Amino acid sequence: MTQLALVIDLNVCVGCSACVTSCKEWNTSGPAGPLCDSHPYAANPTGTFFNRVQTFEVGEFPKTETVHFPKSCLHCEDPPCVPVCPTGASYKRKEDGIVLVDYDKCIGCKYCTWSCPYGAREMDEQQKVMKKCTLCVDRIYSTSLPERDRRPSCVLACPTSARLFGDVHDPESVVSRAIRENGGYALMPEWGTQPANHYLPRRKTTMAIHEDQLVRADNPLKVDGKLPKPAKQEPTLDDVTSW
Amino acid sequence: MKPAFSVIFLTTLIGVGQGLLLALYTGQLYSFFDLLPVQDSRSFYAAGSALVLVFLCAGLIASFFHLGRPERAWRTATQWRSSWLSREVIALPAFMGLVILYGGAHWLDWHTPLFSLPGGRSIDPTLILGALSTLLCFTLFVSTAMIYASLRFLQEWNSPLTVINYILLGGASGFVLAGAFAAIVAPQLSGFYAGWAIIITVLALISRSASLLRNAHLKPKSSIRTAIGIKHPRIVQKAQGGMGGSFNTREFFHGKSPGFMRVLKISFLVLVFFVPIALLPVAMKTPQLIIIAFIFQYIGLMAERWFFFADANHPQNLYYQGIA
Repeated sequence: MTQLALVIDLNVCVGCSACVTSCKEWNTSGPAGPLCDSHPYAANPTGTFFNRVQTFEVGEFPKTETVHFPKSCLHCEDPPCVPVCPTGASYKRKEDGIVLVDYDKCIGCKYCTWSCPYGAREMDEQQKVMKKCTLCVDRIYSTSLPERDRRPSCVLACPTSARLFGDVHDPESVVSRAIRENGGYALMPEWGTQPANHYLPRRKTTMAIHEDQLVRADNPLKVDGKLPKPAKQEPTLDDVTSW
Repeated sequence: MKPAFSVIFLTTLIGVGQGLLLALYTGQLYSFFDLLPVQDSRSFYAAGSALVLVFLCAGLIASFFHLGRPERAWRTATQWRSSWLSREVIALPAFMGLVILYGGAHWLDWHTPLFSLPGGRSIDPTLILGALSTLLCFTLFVSTAMIYASLRFLQEWNSPLTVINYILLGGASGFVLAGAFAAIVAPQLSGFYAGWAIIITVLALISRSASLLRNAHLKPKSSIRTAIGIKHPRIVQKAQGGMGGSFNTREFFHGKSPGFMRVLKISFLVLVFFVPIALLPVAMKTPQLIIIAFIFQYIGLMAERWFFFADANHPQNLYYQGIA
């Protein structure tokens, strides 16, 4: 069974929101109709987004870290939003695990948003139907796009490659390896929704340099200059070269 | 959560209608066992059923205002296997249909005995239709309440108390209305209904207080630490991915102060429980007073439902705590 998902590396994300604009651009231009906005150029712009980058400050000044946190539908393996839908508009695809909304069946009752602990679904206030990340289902299976572009547009847009895309059920996929090797975790595991999307934690990048690597052991007094040439029969540093 | 008036009207209005039907059938059962004088089929039971239908229809109309796409509402009957909302959508019209049959059978004076009990009492179609209506009435109560009680993320609702409250509050308001209705149509029954109304109101007070107490001591399962997966005692949100708010900031926050919530809680406790309990014993003989008690209780119920929705704290709010 395939379960397509995103893995988002919080260690690399710089919070540029390229994924947000790229997502909006692709998904507002598709055959499913626009992602409507209200007064986008006025004082309080608001609209429908599949993906948002939020920012959190962790720690107490001056010891703080700014964490940029891209947030979209996690395509749960056990999606709580699906069974509550009264019309069957919300569904999870068997073949690749993508959770989708059929915009032609949705009645806009908002019940699914109540049943999503992540706030991943947003009501389109003009079309009056529920919208959410589709993992760019119209991109990844496209036959008209070049092969390298058949990935979600947020993944293509990310300048730091903080977003990985693949099948989390395939243990050798790039996403599975990233989760396994970098401590990937799921959000709000306490609800048992088993999100398919995972996040990679902040990691410290350090180099271990020991004192004896900086100071030559055979020059304890740090006297620079040509060392005296040893006699031929004397042992050499590496038994191969001689001075 | 942000309370939606469409849902407040839906749940309170159908609650009154369902309670009134239960009251009518309770009265019929009492007179069946000769505990109460038999009432006129048309002026009492048929007219009462019509009143039930008025409340159910008003609730049904209100519910459509909650939908973004009401023209597709017929689709909601398809997912009854998994969705309590779908079950409610089926149960409500089915219940309305049975109330029409029940009221219609009374209107047509359809009292032909179908069969007799060992004691010599004969069962007529109205009794059977009433029993079926009662069954669907409880199905509807459970479906409506389970829409909320089944959502495990909303811990304030995720409790059997939600179901008990919906049944008892609907029942209480229906029996108070039945008291007012009887005071006008069948004055010798108003005391009977007012008495039951007091009992159900007291029971509702106990169960609603229990849920208030439970919710006051709830420990949220999620925190900002599990929400973003960073284990640090101090995490402050600086941006939420949108400046003018979003659906998530509009749908899940009621935006009222804690002081407002406290005043509202006391108001609904007084209006729903203490006003009817104080008024009904003195009001049994005067229809006007019972009507006033019903109006006060209904206003209180709307406040109660508003509070019920606003009181629930959705875990998604953890992602929308502030902008720097």
